[in-house]
Formats: sequence, structure tokens, C-alpha cells
Amino acid sequence: MSGHEVPSLLLDDEQKMLSRTARELIRERAPAARLRAFRDTGDPVGFSGELWREMADLGWIGLQIPEAYGGMGLGFFDLCVVLEQSGRELMPEPFVSTLLLGTQALLLGGSEAQRKSLLPGVASGEIVLSIGYDEPSAPPGMPRPAVAVERSGDRFELSGERAQVLDAHVADRIMVLAATSEGGSTLFLVDPARAEVSVTRQHRMDGLNAAIVRLERLRVGADDIVGVLDGGASLLESVLDRASVGLAAQMLGASEQAFADTLAYLKEREQFDVPIGSFQALQHRAVSVFTEIALTRSAVLAAARAIDEKPAEVPRLASLAKSIASETFLLSAKEAIQMHGGIGVTDEHDIGFYFKRAHAAYMTFGTPSQHRQRWAELHDY
Amino acid sequence: MSGLEAFRKEARAWIRENAPRPLWGTSGSGPFEGYFGGRKCEERDLDLLLWRDRGIEKGWTAPSWSKEYGGAGLSRAQEDVIHSEMKAIGVPRPVAGQGLAMFGPVLLEYGTHAQKLEHLPKIARGEVRWCQGYSEPNAGSDLANLQLKAERDGDWYVLNGQKIWTSHAHLSDWIYCLVRTDPSARKKQLGISVVLADLETPGITVRRIDLISGYSPFCETFFDDVRVPVGNLVGKENEGWTIAKAILGHERSSIGRSIARQPGSAQREVVARARKHLGITKGAIADPLLRDEIAALGMREEAFHLTLARIQQSAESGTPGPEGSVTKIVGSELKQQRYELGMKIAGMQGLGWEGPGFDEDDLQYTREWLRSRATTIEGGSSEIQKNIVSKHVLGLPEGKK
Ligand SMILES: Cc1cc2nc3c(=O)[nH]c(=O)nc-3n(C[C@H](O)[C@H](O)[C@H](O)COP(=O)(O)OP(=O)(O)OC[C@H]3O[C@@H](n4cnc5c(N)ncnc54)[C@H](O)[C@@H]3O)c2cc1C
Repeated sequence: MSGHEVPSLLLDDEQKMLSRTARELIRERAPAARLRAFRDTGDPVGFSGELWREMADLGWIGLQIPEAYGGMGLGFFDLCVVLEQSGRELMPEPFVSTLLLGTQALLLGGSEAQRKSLLPGVASGEIVLSIGYDEPSAPPGMPRPAVAVERSGDRFELSGERAQVLDAHVADRIMVLAATSEGGSTLFLVDPARAEVSVTRQHRMDGLNAAIVRLERLRVGADDIVGVLDGGASLLESVLDRASVGLAAQMLGASEQAFADTLAYLKEREQFDVPIGSFQALQHRAVSVFTEIALTRSAVLAAARAIDEKPAEVPRLASLAKSIASETFLLSAKEAIQMHGGIGVTDEHDIGFYFKRAHAAYMTFGTPSQHRQRWAELHDY
Repeated sequence: MSGLEAFRKEARAWIRENAPRPLWGTSGSGPFEGYFGGRKCEERDLDLLLWRDRGIEKGWTAPSWSKEYGGAGLSRAQEDVIHSEMKAIGVPRPVAGQGLAMFGPVLLEYGTHAQKLEHLPKIARGEVRWCQGYSEPNAGSDLANLQLKAERDGDWYVLNGQKIWTSHAHLSDWIYCLVRTDPSARKKQLGISVVLADLETPGITVRRIDLISGYSPFCETFFDDVRVPVGNLVGKENEGWTIAKAILGHERSSIGRSIARQPGSAQREVVARARKHLGITKGAIADPLLRDEIAALGMREEAFHLTLARIQQSAESGTPGPEGSVTKIVGSELKQQRYELGMKIAGMQGLGWEGPGFDEDDLQYTREWLRSRATTIEGGSSEIQKNIVSKHVLGLPEGKK
């Protein structure tokens, strides 16, 4: 990619407008402090379905879904504009599960019938989707929860479990990756309302919602396959590339917000009769966070653009975006805590939620070192 | 097709037709890669000289300067197109150096018509090479502390004092100098002026300084009763600080950009070294830890390139973002990371200084690695850049003085 061939990394006027409105609404209606309230009240859902539908009414949930399925028919780049803003306040609404996993799987591999029956509901905020898959960062030595398949002709019987399936506790459909042959796996669409499916909610430190999904001799047919038989792994790889970029956009927003809060604190908190932001030791560290965020923004925007315009570049740029955003978010959150002093490690302050989410996001869809390894392979070394 | 796109086609065609083939792929096309020129220049590369002549004739050594000043009278956007088209095929600039990248643009803004007529065409034609007389033994980061005296004597300034770290003074013809014209000014920034001097003027002595790399691009420049006509003052007397900062702005952005070279080039270079020194097992570089470091470098390089592109795009659309300040800090560190990694990869083969048992590439690399330590110092150290970003971009309060 040489200099002038870099596609535009700027927001056009409509995207800027979208970014501003999303920011305002989210700041007002969805402050990060909600995570504490959801946790402390033991909220059974863990996010606001009402707010989700409201955003759907504004067109934000269906931004990237084609018009034929009730969406706005815009690009992944546009979706990332909203994702970035949702990241600023660590929104626990089902962006990752429904939009970045389920919807992308349908768009990339779903049959016409599957798309028709599910995407309009996604766009209107009524349907929550999720995927249970092998997380690349799971330690190789641990037995992975898995789903086995017994096949007879066109019928399959699924048994086994998947853990930490995001938003599975409220999902209308769950896609489950199951081993269909030696080395081959397939993505099946599962209806959690079926008696052979049990869902147990899990509680994570970072305020995202997840569940263990158990299948016991669940019968499914060829119509329930997303993509093709034994093609689950490569479909999932493409889905995870997109999901990585979308998650990176959220991490970018979250890094920005943690940094903005820190910058404000540096200007307001006084010690030794001066604002602590006048200490050079802190100033230089703040500049380092600022420069990392600038680099991250470029990588995220380029990867989002590639999804819409340069598909061949997606694996490389997705790995870049996920890797750099993971490191930047963690840095921004850690520095935020340090520069807030004692208040930064109290539960009362929101900054701790940023730190927890930073770690969780770091581990999700592959860690930076896994993405570096992939990057090296993609560059033939 | 927009006007600029049409121009791109035209520029691409002209450059590909006129840039001699052997030069292709040899350069990152930065402002400090190409024919440096000047009266002392001993350039022997006939292709480069031919490229220089064609560039000069076309006015494309300084495309956005007016024809009167040796340019082609094009817009800045067109100039960017020309440079990006040179970069696309990796040919050097037909004329390079401080005159074009740093001093010329500022003279264009602050100089008189007569000064521009005298100096700019010679810069554009590569006839005169310029160096920068800013730093002094007691004025480095705290540049405004400079002491080199310029006293008025009729139509002359008389200069006494010393400059240091004057890069390439021994190869240059003229120097643009920061001098103290009012020692009693109430703030040290206020008594400074910019004066131009021909290095042949009696009383100027240039002495070379050897660097850890074994290169010697640096000089000390001594001024001993040097008489310079008052017509060589740029801008107003005692108001040189603003001009000095403008030149530094050009310097920083060009240091940042010159580090970028071709996208992916740092990774390619380090991978090639790894293939040579570490070998390949099953398609992967044999040492997995160094391979991981290479990938980290490659990713950072790509993010840096994308950031440069983004800054350029937002400048074109009229809303320059504050990220411009990032380029000097990140770019200089990236360059150091690249050479450090290349040296780790070479192991014992990187220890050569000269002579038998070491190959030419490795010897050269070691010298470049040593040279790279300077990038976070020259043009204002990283710490000074961070002070600037902290104050002007982040709006953090200044510390107690
Ligand atoms: C390769 C190279 C080429 C150069 N070319 C030229 C040239 O052509 N013309 C020219 O005039 N000069 C040139 N210079 C000089 C260069 O601008 C100075 O070296 C630079 O500004 C630093 O000044 P100094 O060397 O006196 O270091 P000092 O200013 O003494 O700095 C020493 C250390 O203290 C730190 N420091 C100083 N002040 C602060 C502060 N306020 N806060 C935090 N840290 C601080 C610095 O970052 C540095 O780490 C060149 C230098 C190099 C390395």
C-alpha cells in the first residue's frame, strides 16, 4: 500500500453528524456508571433492551444491514462510527454478539432464508444473536468446551457445551461451532427455546453478559447450517476479522474516554499547590497515551474502510487494528488509574470499569501476540 | 475526474518517462534524499545528475515556488502529488536538502523580494547548499539562550561567537544563522534575529566533529569579526524567533516523514536480515521471539504510515488535526527500533567496524544503527516535543520554573 493509495481515513459530513449525535445520546443515556447499577441490582438482562430498540429506531443498529433486510444499507465504516461512541461509555448492549458476530456470519455465509428471517429483526432491535466458538486466546493446554456431532444423512445431533457465549442468556438465536468431521467444523443455527438447549448465565468482571450454552442431543437439519458443511472455520475466521475491527473501534472510543477523563483530572487535581498536570513526569506519559491513540485511530479506520472497499487487505489490517487497539486501551486504562491516584482503584470511580474492559477486550478475538504471529504469516515470514 | 486527478496522471507520466531507470526503487523520495548540490558537491552519479537537470528544467525541484524563483508555479496540492508519484516508484528528489525543505519555504514567507530573487532560484537549481546555524554550546534545547553576537556597524553586522552541531557546514555554501542583536532585551526570545552568511566570508572557520558512527556530518562553526551586509537580515531585527520556530516546524515534519520511506520498507529490510542471519524453518523465521518483534515493528510501521496519510488527508480537507505533532516523536523512535532489531538479528556479525570478516552491508548497517541514536535528539529532542504537545495540544499547565 503506497502513500496515495490509502483510502480516505476521514469521516464525511454525515458520518461526523452521526458521530456527534451518537456521542450525545450515549453520554446522556448510557454513562459507564450503568455497569455498576446493572451489577449491584442483579439485573437479569444486564443491559437496556429499551435503549437498544431506541437506537434501532434511529437506524443505528441496522446501519450496515442491506435495505432489502430492513437496514440502512451503509458500510461497516459507518457502523464503526457508532461502535466507537458505544465504546466510550463501555455500553453492555449486544453490539458485539448481535452486530459483530451474528449479523456478520449471516451476511458472509447465511442463506437467503436465514437472512430474511433474522436480519429485519436485528435491524429493528427485536432480535439478539450470538455465536459460541473457540476463542483463540483460550490456553492450549485446557480442555476446550466443545460440541460433538452425530450425523445421519442430512440430520445432525449436537451435544456438548460452549462457555462465555456473549448475550446467550437473552439471545433469540445462537450459532454454535461444532466438529462435523476430522478437522472440519460447521456453524449451526440453534434456537435456545428448544428443550434440548440449556443456558446458564455467567458473570464477568467487565460487565459484558455471557452464558454457558449446553446442548443435549439437539437435532438440527441442513437448513440450520450457516455457510457450508465443514466450512465453519474459514467462515468464522472472516467473521472474527470483522468482529476484531468492530471491537477495536469500541476500544478506540474507550481509550479516548479514559484519556479525556484523565486529562481533565490532571488539570483539576492540585497537589503541592499546583495542578498535577504541571508535573513533567505525568505530562510526558500523557503525551505517550495521546500518540498511541492517534496511531490506533488510523489503524482502526483503515481496517474498517478495507472491509467495505478492499477485502483482500482485511486479514492484515484486522490483525493490526485488534493488536494495536488492545495495547492502547490497556495502556490508557492503566495510566488513567495511576494518574487518578487512590480514587482510581475504588469501585466508586468509573475508571476501574475501563481497566476491566480493557483486559477483557485484550483477550477477546485473539491477543496481540496471536495477531502478530498471524501478521508474520500473512507477510510470509 | 477532478483537476487534481488529471494532474496526477500527467505527473505520473512525466516522472516515469524522465526519471532514469537505474534510480527507480533506490529511494524513499524524502526531502533529504537526492542531489544535495552546492559549489562543493562532487556527485558522480550520472543518472542522478540527469534527473536533476530534467527536474530543474521542468521547475519540479520546487514545484510550488513561482517560476521567477525557479519553481513551476503549481499549488501545494500539486506539489504533494508530484512527491507522492516520485515515492510511488522510489526515485530520489531531483534536488534535496535544507534549502528546499526548510529554509526556502520560510524565506518565501518572510524574505524581501530581492532576497528571494537572489537565493531561491539557486536553491531550486541545486547550485547553493544551505546549513542551519542555530545550536550553540549553551543553547541546545533552550535555543533562545543563544549568544552569538551581531553588532551593527554602518551597513554591516559584525558577528562574533560560535555555532555547534551545524550539520554539513563543511559541504555547504551559505548558513542561516540565529544571532543576538539585542543583548538587553527584556526576554531572551526578543533580541534574536535571522541573518544569512556566505560561508566563504573571512572570519568563518568550520571544524568537523566525529560521531559515534564514524561519520562526520557535523561541524563547529566559529565566527570571528565576520562582516555581513545588513541586507542579509531576514524579517525585522529582533523579531527572528518567530522565523526560527517556523523553520523548526518544517524541520520536524520533514524528519518525521523522511523516516517513513516506503510503506513496509522497515519490515522488509529487517525480514531480509533475519533470513540472512537467522534462517528459515518451515517458512517462518527461525527465532520465534525475534519474529514476534519483527511483526511488532511491522505493525507499528504500518500504523505510522496510515497516520501520516490521515494527517495529509485532513490537511487537504482543510482541518489539520493535532496529530501532526506525533510524527516526530513516533517516527524517530520507530527508526531506532528498526535498527536495534536489525542489530539483534545480526548477532556477532553486527560487531564489525571495518576490514575482513564482515560484509559491506553489515558494516554499513552498524553505522546506521549508531547514527539512529541522533534522531530523538536532532530537531528538538523527544522530551522537548513532548513538552510542546503537552502544552499546545493537550493544554496542560506549564510547570513551576
Ligand atoms: C544529527 C543532528 C543534527 C543536528 N543538526 C543541527 C544543525 O544543522 N544545526 C543546528 O543548529 N543544530 C543541529 N543539531 C543540534 C540539535 O538541535 C541539539 O542537539 C538539540 O536541540 C539538543 O540540544 P543539546 O544537544 O544541547 O542537548 P541538551 O539541550 O543539553 O539536552 C540534554 C538532555 O536534556 C533534555 N532536556 C533539555 N531540556 C529539557 C526540558 N525542558 N525538559 C525535559 N528534558 C529536557 C534533552 O531532551 C536531552 O535529553 C543537530 C543535532 C543532531 C543530533
